[in-house]
Amino acid sequence: MELLLKIWRQANGQKKGSMVNYEVKNIEPDMSFLEMLDILNQGLIETGEEPVAFDHDCREGICGMCSLVINGSPHGPDRGTTTCQLHMRRFKSGDTIYIEPFRGTAFPVVKDLVVDRSAFDRIQQSGGYVSINTSGNTVDANAAPIPKPDADEAFNAAACIGCGACVAACKNSSAMLFVGAKVSQYSRLPQGKVEAKERVINMVKQMDKEGFGNCTNTGACEAHCPKGISLENILNLNREYLKAKIIK
Amino acid sequence: MDNKGQMLSIKELADMLNVSQKTIRRHINSGKIKSVKLGGVHRISREEVSTILEGEEIIEDQIINSGPAQEFPFPSKVPSGELKNKWSNHKGTINLVSPANKRNIDVIVVGTGLAGASASATLAELGYNVKAFCFQDSPRRAHSIAAQGGINASKNYQGDGDSDYRLFYDTIKGGDYRSREGNVYRLAEVSANIIDQCVAQGVPFARDYGGLLDNRSFGGVLVSRTFYAKGQTGQQLLLGAYSALNRQINRGKVEMFSRHEMMDLVIKDGKARGIISRNLINGKIERHGAHAVVIASGGYGNVFYLSTNAMGSNVTANWKVHKKGAFFANPCFTQIHPTCIPVSGDHQSKLTLMSESLRNDGRIWVPKIKEDAEKIRKKEIKPTEIAEENRDYYLERRYPAFGNLVPRDVASRAAKERCDAGYGVNKTGQAVYLDFAAAIERYGEEKAVSSGQDKNNRELVKKLGKEIIKAKYGNLFQMYEKIVDENPYETPMQIFPAVHYTMGGIWVDYNLMTTIPGCFAIGEANFSDHGANRLGASALMQGLADGYFVLPYTVGDYLANDIKTGKINTDTKEFDEAELSVKAFIKKIMSNKSGKSVDYYHRKLGKIMWEKCGMSRNAKDLKTAIKEIRKLRHDFYAGVFVPGSADNYNEELVKAGRVSDFLELGELFAIDALERNESCGGHFREEYQTPEGEALRNDEEFTFVSCWEHMGKDNRPKLNKEELKFDSVELKSRSYK
Ligand SMILES: Cc1cc2nc3c(=O)[nH]c(=O)nc-3n(C[C@H](O)[C@H](O)[C@H](O)COP(=O)(O)OP(=O)(O)OC[C@H]3O[C@@H](n4cnc5c(N)ncnc54)[C@H](O)[C@@H]3O)c2cc1C
Ligand code: SF4
Ligand code: FES
Repeated sequence: MELLLKIWRQANGQKKGSMVNYEVKNIEPDMSFLEMLDILNQGLIETGEEPVAFDHDCREGICGMCSLVINGSPHGPDRGTTTCQLHMRRFKSGDTIYIEPFRGTAFPVVKDLVVDRSAFDRIQQSGGYVSINTSGNTVDANAAPIPKPDADEAFNAAACIGCGACVAACKNSSAMLFVGAKVSQYSRLPQGKVEAKERVINMVKQMDKEGFGNCTNTGACEAHCPKGISLENILNLNREYLKAKIIK
Repeated sequence: MDNKGQMLSIKELADMLNVSQKTIRRHINSGKIKSVKLGGVHRISREEVSTILEGEEIIEDQIINSGPAQEFPFPSKVPSGELKNKWSNHKGTINLVSPANKRNIDVIVVGTGLAGASASATLAELGYNVKAFCFQDSPRRAHSIAAQGGINASKNYQGDGDSDYRLFYDTIKGGDYRSREGNVYRLAEVSANIIDQCVAQGVPFARDYGGLLDNRSFGGVLVSRTFYAKGQTGQQLLLGAYSALNRQINRGKVEMFSRHEMMDLVIKDGKARGIISRNLINGKIERHGAHAVVIASGGYGNVFYLSTNAMGSNVTANWKVHKKGAFFANPCFTQIHPTCIPVSGDHQSKLTLMSESLRNDGRIWVPKIKEDAEKIRKKEIKPTEIAEENRDYYLERRYPAFGNLVPRDVASRAAKERCDAGYGVNKTGQAVYLDFAAAIERYGEEKAVSSGQDKNNRELVKKLGKEIIKAKYGNLFQMYEKIVDENPYETPMQIFPAVHYTMGGIWVDYNLMTTIPGCFAIGEANFSDHGANRLGASALMQGLADGYFVLPYTVGDYLANDIKTGKINTDTKEFDEAELSVKAFIKKIMSNKSGKSVDYYHRKLGKIMWEKCGMSRNAKDLKTAIKEIRKLRHDFYAGVFVPGSADNYNEELVKAGRVSDFLELGELFAIDALERNESCGGHFREEYQTPEGEALRNDEEFTFVSCWEHMGKDNRPKLNKEELKFDSVELKSRSYK
């Protein structure tokens, strides 16, 4: 198939960017979206142009490195799918596709479609862990059984890949779903309960400091999250936060 | 030089063939190479170069003869004493660094996968100052994140007779007796502790209804010792290690350098003293000094271009330390994983694994009748239309004891054998089926009975069975459907072997130190524990064992002698030189103003590797591969085009650096495969097989680790052999029948 691509190009964080048109031909339905961009880039290199920069690594939907807002949707049109798992059979010949970076004050553009998501790391550093030493001097793993429903819920929250689509989808650029997922993972496990209070306060503080916006419950984050992280996690975050603030 | 039909000088030809100028002169004198004299100097025409490349002469000359075993120049440092006491005795007697001194010692860790993140966190916790590096935008994205199936530990929670010894034995046997007993036993010994540690960190492993940890089985073993978190075990373990790392970053004990590529190792007075890195956002070349450098940069499967590794996985950090003196061990030991999604076309950028855990429930087959296979390839019939008696469950047929759960190397070769014989499915004929219909029936019936429903209601049974399969492998099935556009609950999956893991890597001693004092290697980057074939769910175990429980202690044995050194000064001639050589390389690679893309060459390399150094190898093909790689390397420098600039974000430049290292490694890989005149584990030499087509080891001559020493640009690498001694197990031919 043949496609018209309208792609955001920006030389670096200091320069201004704009949308640029490209045509690609001979795209097959079995190709992934990123393989379609590979073909565009190979063509650009052959004609002496700089290829379009975009983030990617695992190409199987787990590392959280790929991003892209495709036709207005973070990670493209399919639910529960990262950009790297999107395939061209979803499009038809003659389509025009708009490709833009994940935008947000806390996600400045590095180049073209590549953005800086290190704010997410800093939030995790502020409290996204259990403070135990890694010396191995712990109790036996089966010493404390964890009810399966709790374990499963903790797992579901821990499935977040830290991609940032929730922020890109939100009109306020809120990171509540991302933070809520981490807080919920630990709040559902006995191991996480000890530091629950400091954790939620510190992570929320860092989140605000990074310039992420407030949550106004539009639900756009959940709709675009490739890993099905549910809004429940935001409710839980609010609950944990209130609890921490009230119970001194 | 350029590629427009000019004449080559002796030096250029020597560079291209990777032989010395002396060799070329000798061949000119003897008339084997024809030259013309232009202005008094020898020149060789392009046509002559092609003739040389096609001939055998030059290359024959260059393959090193293994010769008789010689004294291995580095001790493996495996402690003496009884196998099960080695590690505790060693830990109890090695040198320690006091807490006060640790504060003055800096350690660089390159990589933040399971190995690197866990090591960084523990080193920092012990008191060292750590600088950690990764090329992704966050340490959490290291390739370990993609591991699906699980992690082994000898917990014996299932009470099925597991023990440290059994895990040790399975690993040694699975590795086809090409790994070190002492290291492997230690791995088994610390494995149980990994699970305790991870659970304490809040890693959400799968649990049963009683709230206790659940296990599954993996290939090559007869017990259930694999812990898992759905199909996302690597993700959950890595996020655990990442959280421990974050805690230390927050404490100021780890400084994190994301989007940084290690470009070279700096050695001063014979010791590793730092690295040169490139900031991938602004292109700045930076110097970092430290008292020790730990390489945790993962495996090099991407030398095949297509593999299940992430796009950025590379050999660069490994290769740079190799070129600075570290021995590279068993480069040709590669694992080809039997269950991956088959290649669908030329556009393919990577391959996707379908976890080995699927072999717990999936049955592998191809049609028994060739005509059926042909009809399937032409899409004239569907696999579900082939009657049970016309299916060949070839693993169950050939290996009744282990059936579908034979080790990976065995399963991969068996698939290739069937496809080569013309029974393959898929439009390319390069695929076999992995079928869940029987498991769906079985689970469905069990569920129907246990929930008091009618087990003769086929629709109901199918529905219940699918639900159970979904709970176990849902995300894998979904991944498959997205890529292939077929529903694996209704029709069998198509799978084919693909490059997955590299057992070879940097040689390390029992302390995980390379042959360069102060330079360590952990995780997939080293060669240590898996011999010639790795068992499933053992890489995650090894990465975390190295990082949490081994390296942080053994590093003290070396650093105890370094407490008076003081801060490492990066303003020295050694750092100057390393930085200059990095800059010179970048300048060279950026100098072509037009040409082919990096991927163009990478694909070509991959094709050579897959066809001639892949699932089965023979001397003739390996020799051809060596020559082809040399030529390709030459063409690469002459013809690669990297657009953009070096002082900006430039992915093509990064890729060019990695591919240039792959082009060198590829040659060593083929040389190693050629030198090992036996079949063992993942290394299958067609010349050495039993009448039934099984791998034929040669213990008499090859019970050693091939340790390759870089001898400088113009010289052939040297083979050193670390003899392997087996005191606790008897060398047997591996049988899974
Ligand atoms: C698809 C897949 C599934 C798997 N499933 C399993 C499984 O179920 N069980 C199991 O036991 N094993 C599994 N494995 C194998 C296992 O995942 C890996 O062997 C293991 O995770 C490697 O960990 P590591 O820490 O050594 O390296 P990696 O996780 O690969 O990390 C490498 C790190 O080094 C950094 N790095 C690399 N080069 C440079 C450089 N030049 N400069 C700076 N930084 C650099 C990277 O940024 C990264 O942080 C699987 C592998 C694959 C590919
Ligand atoms: S919550 Fe979902 S969208 Fe947000 S970072 Fe996590 S996986 Fe991505
Ligand atoms: S590239 Fe890893 S999630 Fe898309």
